[in-house]
Amino acid sequence: MKLLEKLKTNQEKKKALAKHYISKEQIKKTAKENSRIIKELEKQNNRKNVPEEEYLTEMKNPNNVVEFDDLHAYFFTDAGVVKAVDGVSFDIPKKSIVGVVGESGCGKSVTSLALMKLLQSPTGQIFSGEIRYNAKNGKAYNISKVPKIDMNKIRGKEMSMIFQEPMTSLNPVFRIGDQLDEILFLHFPEITQEEAKQKSISMLNTVGIAMPESVYSRYPHELSGGMRQRVMIAMALSCDPNLIIADEPTTALDVTIQAQILDLLRNIKNDINGSIMLITHDLGVIAEMADYVVVMYAGRIIEKGTAREIYKNPIHPYTIGLQKSIPALNLNDETLYTIPGTVPNPINLPNFCYFRDRCEKRFGKCNGEYPKLLQVSPTHHVACYLAEEIAAEFAKTKKDGGEKNAKK
Amino acid sequence: MRKNNVNQELNAIRNDQFDSEIEKKDILVVKNLKKYFPLGSNWFKKTTSFVKAVDDVSFTIKKGNTLGVVGESGCGKTTLGRTILRLHSITDGQIMYDNIDIRTIKKRELTKLRPKIQIIFQDPYSSLSPRMTIGEIIGEAVREHKLVPAEEHRDYILDIMKSCGLPPYYYSRYPHEFSGGQRQRICIARALALKPDLIVCDEPVSALDVSIQAQIINLLVDLQKKYGLTYIFISHDLSVVEYISTEIMVMYLGSVVEQGTKEQIFKNTMHPYSKALLSAVPVPDPDVKKQRIILKGDIPSPANPPKGCKFHTRCSECMDICKTVTPILKEYEKGHFVACHLYPQD
Repeated sequence: MKLLEKLKTNQEKKKALAKHYISKEQIKKTAKENSRIIKELEKQNNRKNVPEEEYLTEMKNPNNVVEFDDLHAYFFTDAGVVKAVDGVSFDIPKKSIVGVVGESGCGKSVTSLALMKLLQSPTGQIFSGEIRYNAKNGKAYNISKVPKIDMNKIRGKEMSMIFQEPMTSLNPVFRIGDQLDEILFLHFPEITQEEAKQKSISMLNTVGIAMPESVYSRYPHELSGGMRQRVMIAMALSCDPNLIIADEPTTALDVTIQAQILDLLRNIKNDINGSIMLITHDLGVIAEMADYVVVMYAGRIIEKGTAREIYKNPIHPYTIGLQKSIPALNLNDETLYTIPGTVPNPINLPNFCYFRDRCEKRFGKCNGEYPKLLQVSPTHHVACYLAEEIAAEFAKTKKDGGEKNAKK
Repeated sequence: MRKNNVNQELNAIRNDQFDSEIEKKDILVVKNLKKYFPLGSNWFKKTTSFVKAVDDVSFTIKKGNTLGVVGESGCGKTTLGRTILRLHSITDGQIMYDNIDIRTIKKRELTKLRPKIQIIFQDPYSSLSPRMTIGEIIGEAVREHKLVPAEEHRDYILDIMKSCGLPPYYYSRYPHEFSGGQRQRICIARALALKPDLIVCDEPVSALDVSIQAQIINLLVDLQKKYGLTYIFISHDLSVVEYISTEIMVMYLGSVVEQGTKEQIFKNTMHPYSKALLSAVPVPDPDVKKQRIILKGDIPSPANPPKGCKFHTRCSECMDICKTVTPILKEYEKGHFVACHLYPQD
C-alpha cells in the first residue's frame, strides 16, 4: 500500500514539474518552426548583386538621421521566440544626442545592433519593421532590407559604434595603429600606408591622447581603461561617420574618467556635425548628455520625449520609479524607493501591460491589452493608461489649433 | 550555545593592555596599515621594488557605523578590505579587531575569528560555486564553524534566507537559476549566516541595475538596524556611499587624502581630489549645469607613484611644494583629516 502511495505522489510531482520545464517534443517542434523562418530571413540577407533601388526609401522627415518604424527584432531560441525588440519606433534627429535608458535585458542594445545589422545570426533576426537611414550622399536606405554584403559599405563609414568594454573589443594581438589603419584601408582602398598612419595619428590626437605617435605602436594591454575607450572613439571617428552609437561607453570606467569621456563625446558631436545614440542605464549620464530620451522596458518603449519632459514631468510609473531609486547626492536620510519584483521572462510575455505586476498605480483597466503609445505633448509619448486623460486633452487642443490654422 | 564557546575562546586571546587606549565601542582599529606587493628582485633574490597598494592607512570604526571607502580603480580600496580580513598578509602596521591583533594572531585562532568578520564580493556571478545549491552555499560555513546543532541547521538557514528576502523554495536551487540581484542577496545571506559583527562590502552593488541596486542597499541598511552590524563599504559610486555611510575615507594611490564624517566630506570638501570626485558624479536633472572639475589624465601607476604629493600630476591647484614634499594627514576639524598643502601643515 505504502509503495503504491509513493508511486502516486512521485507521479504527481513529475506532473507538477512538467509544467515548469519544456518537453523534448516541444523543443523539437519549436526548433523546426524556427529553422523554417530563419532560413527564409537568411536567404533574403545573403543575396548578392541586389540593385540599390530595392532598399532605397524616403525619410518621413528629412531632418532625421535615423527613423525606427515599428521595429521587431527577435531571437529564435529552442525555448521559444524571444521578442527582444517588439514594435519600437523613434527618431534620431540630426545633430542631437538621443539617450536610450532601461534595465539590462530591456532590448536597448539589441535596438542598436539591429541598426548596425550586427545581431547574432542565425538566431537573431530583424523580423519586421523599417529602419530608415539618411546617408551622407542624400540617399535614404532601409537598413532592414539591405543585404549583408552591401551593409559592409555603410557600417563603419556612415555609422559606427563604441562598445561597452574597451578591453574585449580591441584585439590584443595587434598594435593600436594597425587596428586603426585597418578601417581606413577597408573603406578607402586607394589610401597609402603613410596617409593612413597620418590620419590615424591625427585621430588619436583629436580624442585627446597625449602622445599619439607612441600610442600608435603600442598594444591594447599597455593602455589604461580610459585610454582604450579613447582609442575606440578614435576608431569610430576615423571615417567621419554621420551617426555614432555609444553602447554604455562609460559603464566600465571610473567617475573621473567618465567625466572626461562624456566631455569628449560632447565636443566630438559638434566637430563631426553628426548625431549620437547613447545607450546607458545611468540616468545621470543621460540627463547630462541627451536632448531626447527613450525609456525602454521589456522590449518596448514605455515613454519618450525631450530630456526635460522625461526628468521634470515623467508620467509612466516605471520612469518615476527609476528616478526615485537613484541614491542622488545631498538627499535626506529616507529609505530608498524600490520598484518591487523583476523584469518579466522575455519568452511568452503576457498580453497585458508588462509592468502591471510591479506597478503601484495599477487599476482595473491595466488588465486589458497592452496600452498604446499616447501623445501627451508634441514630443512626449507615454504607453500607460494613466496618461489617457492628458492625452485626450492634448488631442483636443491639437485639433482646435489645427482648425484655427485651417481657418487662417 | 556554541557561539558562547567561541566568544570565550576569543576572550582568552584578547590583549587587554589596549583596553585603556581604546574606547570600548571601537570595533576595528587600524593603525599605519601597509600592504606592499613585491614586484622585482635583485641579484641576491632580495625584493627591491614594490607596489604600495595600501600605504600608511589608519582609521577606527565604532560599532554600528558604516565606513565608506571611495576612490578610483587601482587606489587600493579592495586590497584594504581584503587585508582587514587577512586574506592578504600584512606588510606592516596593526589591525585590532575588538582588541585582538589580527596581524600576530595564529592561524588556528584566526579560523575562530573568521565568523566575526565577513566579506561580500563585488561580482555575484563569479563568487558563488555553480555546483552547490543555495542551501549548501549559505550553510557550508555554518556547519564548518558549528554555530548551530545539526538538527537545527536547515531551519537556521531558512531563517537567514527569509531575513534576506529569499523564499524558502530557493534552498535546493542552483546559482545559475538566479538573476544578479538575487545572487547578491545569496552572498549577503552567506555572510550573515555566521552572525558577524563586521562585514566588508566590496562594491556590492556596482554590477547591478539601478532598481535592483536600490533593493540591495535597502536590504543592507535594514540588516544593519536589525543586527547592529558594522560595515566597511567599498565603492567608487559616491552617491551610494553618501547614502549608506556615516564616515567616509577618500583614497588615492594607496593613501588616504581625506577622511571624516559624511557631513564633513560632502558639505565641507577640502581636498582637491575629493572635490573633483564629487563634481564628476552625473546629476539626474537636465537643468543642473554643474561647474565641473575634469581631472586630466589617468591615475599614475602605483608601482611608480609621483614624488611629493601623489596627486600633484592631476591637481588643478598644484604648487611647487607639492612636487617635492609629501603632505601629512592632519586634523582640521574634529575627526576631519586632510592631506594637502593648500592648508597649513604645521
